[in-house]
Formats: sequence, C-alpha cells, structure tokens
Amino acid sequence: MPRYIASRLAVTAVMALLATLVIFLIANMVPGDPILAQLGDVAASNKAFVAEWRAKWGLDLPLWERYLVFLKGVLHGDLGISIASQRPVLEDIAQYAPATIELATVGFLLSLLIGVPLGMLAAIKRDSWVDHLARAVSLIGVSSPTFWLAFIMLALFYGGLQIAPGPGRLDPIAFSPPTVTGLFLIDSLLAGDVATFRDAATHLVLPSVVLAAATLGLITRTTRASMLDNLHQDYVRVARAKGLRERRIVNGHVLPNALIPIVTLGGLAYANLLTGAVMTETVFSWPGLGRYTFRSAEALDFPAIMGITLVVALTYLVINLVIDLSYALLDPRVAR
Amino acid sequence: MPDMRAPAPPSTIAATPVLAVSDLRTQFFTDSGVVRAVDGVSFTVGSGETLGIVGESGSGKSVTAQSLMRLLEEPARIVSGSILFQGRDVLAMSHAELRKLRGAGMAMVFQDPMTSLNPVLRIARQVVETMVAHGSFGEKEATERGVKLLGRMGITTPKRAINSYPHQFSGGMRQRVALAMGMSNEPALLIADEPTTALDVTIQAQILELLRELNRDFGTAIVLISHDLGVIAGLCSRVLVMYAGEIVEEGPAEAILSHPKHPYSWALVNAVPRLDREPVAGKKLTAIEGAPPDPLSVTRGCRFAPRCPFRIERCAEHPELLEIGIARKSRCWVTQAGVGLDTPAPAPSPLRDRAKPPQTLSREQRDQEIDPSPLLEVKGLVKHFALPKRGFLEPYRHVHAVDGVDLTVKRGETVGLVGESGCGKSTLARLILRIHRPDAGSILFEGNEIAQAAPAAIRPLRRRLQMVFQDPYASLNSRMTVAQILEEPLRFHGLATTSTECRERIAELLETVRLDPKSGARYPHEFSGGQRQRISIARALAVKPNFIVADEPISALDVNIQAQILNLLLGLQEELGLTYLFIAHDLSVVRHISDRVVVLYLGKVAEVAPAKDLFAAPLHPYTRYLISALPIPDASIERRRERLRLAGEPPSAVDPPSGCRFRTRCPLAERICAEIPPPLIEHGQGHFAACHFPGKF
Repeated sequence: MPRYIASRLAVTAVMALLATLVIFLIANMVPGDPILAQLGDVAASNKAFVAEWRAKWGLDLPLWERYLVFLKGVLHGDLGISIASQRPVLEDIAQYAPATIELATVGFLLSLLIGVPLGMLAAIKRDSWVDHLARAVSLIGVSSPTFWLAFIMLALFYGGLQIAPGPGRLDPIAFSPPTVTGLFLIDSLLAGDVATFRDAATHLVLPSVVLAAATLGLITRTTRASMLDNLHQDYVRVARAKGLRERRIVNGHVLPNALIPIVTLGGLAYANLLTGAVMTETVFSWPGLGRYTFRSAEALDFPAIMGITLVVALTYLVINLVIDLSYALLDPRVAR
Repeated sequence: MPDMRAPAPPSTIAATPVLAVSDLRTQFFTDSGVVRAVDGVSFTVGSGETLGIVGESGSGKSVTAQSLMRLLEEPARIVSGSILFQGRDVLAMSHAELRKLRGAGMAMVFQDPMTSLNPVLRIARQVVETMVAHGSFGEKEATERGVKLLGRMGITTPKRAINSYPHQFSGGMRQRVALAMGMSNEPALLIADEPTTALDVTIQAQILELLRELNRDFGTAIVLISHDLGVIAGLCSRVLVMYAGEIVEEGPAEAILSHPKHPYSWALVNAVPRLDREPVAGKKLTAIEGAPPDPLSVTRGCRFAPRCPFRIERCAEHPELLEIGIARKSRCWVTQAGVGLDTPAPAPSPLRDRAKPPQTLSREQRDQEIDPSPLLEVKGLVKHFALPKRGFLEPYRHVHAVDGVDLTVKRGETVGLVGESGCGKSTLARLILRIHRPDAGSILFEGNEIAQAAPAAIRPLRRRLQMVFQDPYASLNSRMTVAQILEEPLRFHGLATTSTECRERIAELLETVRLDPKSGARYPHEFSGGQRQRISIARALAVKPNFIVADEPISALDVNIQAQILNLLLGLQEELGLTYLFIAHDLSVVRHISDRVVVLYLGKVAEVAPAKDLFAAPLHPYTRYLISALPIPDASIERRRERLRLAGEPPSAVDPPSGCRFRTRCPLAERICAEIPPPLIEHGQGHFAACHFPGKF
C-alpha cells in the first residue's frame, strides 16, 4: 500500500510538471510579440529600447531558461500580474475560487446524495415506479441545456412563485460574513450568524440544482447499471445461500463492489463542476472562477488565462489522485 | 398428464430422509414461452447419504439444486411440488424461516470459485458472517472457528489466509474457502453444484477427497451435481440421471455406471473414453445423434425417443419412472419390459452411415502409415509475457509461459498436449501458429523457419496451418452468416473466386462436418455448441490445411457432443490425411485420440511418449499423478483404486522453481533436482522424460 501511494504521488508530480510545460509552451507559441504590442510605434522602432525591454521582461533568454523562470514563479505561487485587474493572478483566483468551490461542492453533494440512493433503489426495484422515476429524472437532467434550465428555474421559482431568492450569493443589501475560508456557509456559521447562513443557503439552492442536474442524471444511471451488474454476480447468490438478510446483502456485499465505478465518475464529475460552471455562474451572477475565466478570455488577459489553466489542470490531477487512492481502499485488487 | 403423482416410495437408504422432494416443477416464464426446466422431479436424500445428479447442460440438474433452497430469481418460479427438509416444507416457508434454513441446515457450494467469493471483502468477513447471521457464534468465536475451518479444509496457513482477499488465492483454494463457508454451521445437507468443474484434475482430486472426508467425519449428506460420471462415481452412493427436466434413471452408482437401464444413461456411460479400457479399433466412440429437445416445446412421448437407438413403438407414449429392480428405477419402456441395454447400440453413428471404405486400421497399422519426416519441428521455444507493472516505480515482471520446449509432429499423426491450466499449452499452440512471436527458439514447418518470419512471409503458410479454438461461442463472429464465415478464408487465399465456386465449396464443407449444406445462410447463434464447433472445424478445413492445432476443442461441450466431435475429427483425419496437435486437459480424451502425448508442466516438457506407453508406464512422477487424479466412471474401480494425491498447487510461472520445475511438489525431490534442470532424455523407444529419477516413483 505505501508503495502504491508513493507511486501514485510520483505520477501526479510528473503530470503536474508536464502540465506547466504545456501551458508555458502554448502561451509562448501564440503568434504576436508582446513587446511590440505594448510599445508605441516610435518606441518599437528604436532597436536599443526594444532590446532593453526584452531584457527587462526576460524575453531575451532562451526558451528553456524562460520556462525555468516561469516554473520558479509557479513554485513560489507567483502566477504573474493580470493585465485586466493589474493584481497578482493568484490573488484574483483566491478571491473568486471560494464562490465556485461552494457552489460546485453543494451541487456535487446534491447529485451524490440523491443520485446514489436513487440509482440503488432503481436497480433493486427494477421495472417498478421507482425505476421509471429515476429514469425520467436522469433523462431530464442529462438532456436539459444548462442555460435553459437556469432561466426556467429563475423564471419559475424566483419570478413566478417567488419562493426562491434571485441571483447572487447573498441578498443585495446583506453583508458578507467575515472571511475565513471564503465559503459563506462555513464563514457565517463560524461567525455565529444564522441569518446570513440561511441567506447564503437559500441563494445556493437554485444554482446548485441547475449545476447538479446533469451530474445527478449520470450518477443515477451509473449507480443503477453498476448495481444491476453486481446484483447478478455469483457472490450475491452465495450470500443469499448463506441466509443473510437482503439489506445486508445489498449494503455489505453489492454496494462495496458497485461503488467502484461511481468513484471514478463522481471524481471526474466534481472536477467538471469545479471548472465548468461558466454558464450557471453567468446566469446567476455568481462571482466565481467561471465568470473570471470568461472575462479573462474576453480581454485576452494571458497571465490570468495561464493561471486559470494551471489551476484547472491541478484540480483534475488532485482529484484523479484522490480517485486512485480511494480505489485502493475500495478494491483490494488494485494495490497489492 | 396426472395432476399429482403418488409420493415417492420410502427410500431404501434411510427411513427418515433429510430431504424429500416430490413432483417438483420449476419453470422459467420467458418472453418466448414457458421453459419447464424441472418437470416433476421426486427424490429423497437420506441422512449422511451422498447423492449424485448427472445430466448434460440444460437437463435441469442445476435448477433442481437451486430450487431446493429457493435461490432462483425471476423469471424462474417453482410452480408445484413439495420440498420437505427434515420434515418441514421449504416451499411453504416465510422469507425469515427460509433465511434461517439457508446456510444453516442446508448449505450450497457453487461451480465457479473465481466468482463466488466477493472480491472486495476479506475472507474473514465472508466466512464469519455466515456463522454470525445464524446467531450460532459471536464475532470473536466465529473468527477463531473460521481459522480452524480453513485449516480443516486444507489451507496451510489459515491464520494468514483469513485476513487475505479472494484474489490472493487460486481457484482450488477459493473452493476450499467456499467449502469452509458452507460447512461453518455444520449443515445436515450440503449441495455442491459442479464444485470441481472449473478446476484442474489434480486439484479436483483434492477437493473430491475433501468432500468424502466431510461426509465421513461430519455425517453431512451431500447432493453432488456434475456432468462428469467419474466425479460422481468416486463420491456418490446413489445417482439420479436427468434428461430434459425429468429424472430418467435412479439407482446405486455402481449399478448405473456398469449396467445403465435407460438409453440416455447408457449413452452417457459409453460416450466417454476411459483410461481403464483400450480404445476399440477405429477409435469411434458411441455417440448418440442430435441434441436435447427444445425446452420450449416438450414432446408428448418419451423425451429421449428422438435420439434413442433403442426406440420402440411404445415410445410415442410418455413413460413413468418405475421400479425395475431393487432400488432401481427407470423411465424407459424398453428396460421396464425387461430388455437389457448391454448390447452395443444398433444405431449407426453419422460417420459410419456414409459410404466409405471400412475403417479398421489398428493403431499399429496406422503407426506404420505415418510418414517419418516431421511436419513440424519446434526447438527451444521460449515465450515470456510482461505483466502489467504494479506501479509507476516498479520493475517489470515476466510470466515464463513457455520456457524451452522441443516438439516434433510427424505427418499424419496426432500429438496430444496435456497439462494443467497455466502450464503453457495454449501459449505453445499460439506460438506454433505465430499468433505470438516467440522470444527464442525455432519453429520449422514443412522445412520453413517461421519462428521470427515476417507476417507477410507466414501468410501463405497459414493455408496449411489452421486452428480450432476452445470456445465455439466466442470464436465465430456473431454478425456474419455461416456462409460468410466460410467464404472469407476461401476468398483470401484465392481458393474460390466466383460466387458459384464459393457456394459449392461451402456446401461441400458443411457436408464434410456433417451439417446441413443449406444452413449457410444462418447465423452462429442459431446453432448449438456442438454445431458451432463443427462450423469452426469447417472454417479451418476451408483452406485445405494439412496441419490443425485444436486447442481444447471439446472441453466446452457436453460428453455426448464431445464424442460426436471426437468422432468427426478422427473421421476427417482418415479422409483427408490431417495432422493434429490436440490440446486438452482431459487425459482420457488425449489418450483416446493421440498417437503420441506430450506432458507439459510450468512451461517445460515433462514427458513425451507414444500414447499407450505413457499411460502403461509413465516415467515422470507428474504424469503418474495426473493419471491417478483422473476419476474413472466406474464406482467399483473408483473405490478400490489406490489413490495418489498430488498435494499443493503449481507454483507461479512468474518465479518458477530452480532446477526441476516439479520438484516443489515431487516426493522424489533431492538436492540435485533443485540444482540441475533435468534434461529431456530418451529412456525407451520414443519415450522421453525430463526427470533425474525416471520411473522410480
């Protein structure tokens, strides 16, 4: 087991290094000279001046040396200065990330806590009304476009029925809780501010449901298929022949096997939610990474784009590492 | 049909049976109709008795077994009958009562040990939960008892074993774990559904021995379900023979195996080649024609009549299972009238039916006919496979699948290749056909060196070098019609260019393998297993090869179909002068069909000899064990037989033992065996053995 963990960690480190290389190369392959783009016509025609600027930004160095400089910066948490906001990229990301993490995590938990039991029930009571309901829920979830679902939800529950709050993380007149983690649900509880907690929670309902819809569908279907697969395995018949209770057979024998593919799917789905919430964040005016990404791309803010790309890559790597490690816990055949 | 048959007459074996089944009917309600899988079965099992249920696949024997514990799921339903276990009606039990019965009074062991243990749970939990669920032991006592049970089942380090996961064990070890689970509450009845079918012969012998001991020491009654008469003969005192959902014969094992009183039992007994009997001239086995009836439409008369060589007029009426002697019952008008079945059947096998020169060549005559120049010469063949790395930082490890094998096949002869699973026999076959490229060594086929030849250089040779695979379900493309399957090689090798030529040749091929020449338009799934294997053979024959490698061509088939295919292969050899390399794990089949036999152990040749010499006087201890482990379908012989039991399991081919590979299990092993690998030396006419102490065992 320790060997397995060490080996997975080593793989992750190598992959992270490769990610920085790819990101660096893409940024440096983009046609156009950043120096000429920044200097005026007069300054650009002055060779000595251009050379001085090149030296100042380190652009006179060979590519591999520039990569090392970039890598050193990354390792020190220096992702450069955003052109649009004129602030360090890392600070920007740190400011926007908690909103996304909060939204994605709530959405993910929602799809997991509904999807897994629903899928299990659908498999156990195959072809019953539960199965049909699960099929309908997942079909709607998977096939509704996010922007459409988002607008419908807002129109129905906020505009029409007026039982849900509007866009944003909090009421426009409310104050954010004192920042500890940046996650409003946690910060408000730490501050003992129940009213803000309730406010933040109600604001989370619509966007997290919209975000969770597709994931919920996938998890339900995968859970159902995986359970069905395992319910017909020989070891289940053996467990029955031992005289075990049906509940124990499902929870003790089938579920540990059925969960294995769900861990992979769930992990990747969470990474997707963390990095792909642009649409939902835009409709719900959610001040998260998705909107930051969108704005940076619009403004061709290269340092910010590189920083976000790196963060996305690392998110996937870390989640993959977690998937691999939980595999080893769930399936003894993986780490021998 | 009578509604209720009279209850089974009291068993002569025990006054108070553990289990009394009467008129059990289990049916599958499928979309295409009702399948009467078990159709009015009645029998009893006495306390401490061993009862065998034998029959081919689809006969209803496994469904019967699962019905006893009501383990079947939809669409299967038990529609009528009664199952009394220790006097209590199982079919009337509530779910809670049923749960208390399962795994406590009545336990079951299943066929495939690789899938019947939960892969993600420790052995400890799986053994302990049976005991805890029935409240017979607390968690801690149950664990202690689990360790003892594993030890009793022959697991050498039970303390370590109980904390392991199933994947850390071989099939034989897993079956021991399954037996420990089954025996943990000391049931009165253990149902074993083909418990050794997935295992190698030496391991099978160990498990059967264990079952015998459990029956003797714990007094547990055993119902053993098997298709293998030899397995039944060694363990069971009484036998039921099932056919098409019915019991067709019942009686003491010894009597049924020596004097079957139902034509189906007769066919089963005679279809298998036996180690204790010389093959008859021409080597044809008694194979009955056809296949079991369509389970969806049951005939009104005797269900076996369409295939029966003893058929009489009365067989259009459905016979009852009636007493025909002391403790013997048969469902056959012929034997009920007192006529015996001991004379060989008048039924012509489809092969002899055709006008052909008489096949009366004795083995000696055939030996002389064999052209002495070798067709295939293999020298020092080596193939190692790299295993997937355990981790990013780990080194590669290799399976030494084939590790320096020499082999010669002469024109026109049949060489049998035997060994347990993992010995490298299939890899060797694939190397010879150059499906894999060997790591070292030479392969001379008709004088051409093909060991390292480029694929383009081998392609023309493939015409003369064909293969028949083990699994007739997986080796035919299910989306191609039979005609398309047969046309492909014809076109590819330019043996038929026009459609008319193809059509004629395909019809001819189908006729050669005794299939309807008009069946070319059908798809493989429309055929039975035996018929598919015929199609496989036709595909191999399409290119008119002179050498066929058959990799376990009959091991997925029922015994009767096995006999049909073996007869077909033998007939084709005579007709077409084919040379066979015949791979099998079944020694009696290999002895029956082969001129010479090669015994492989862990990637190396242990012994090579003419078939009759090998079985009469084996020189390598491993060969002796293999022969001794094979059960003989004759209860009296099987009981009297002095048994050699090979202990342990083959070591891993990743890290094979030094010197002689067999030394870790060999009773003769001395220091020299660990130090020097024994060379393959000729000890008699064509009799080679790789052993430092040949024939000393």
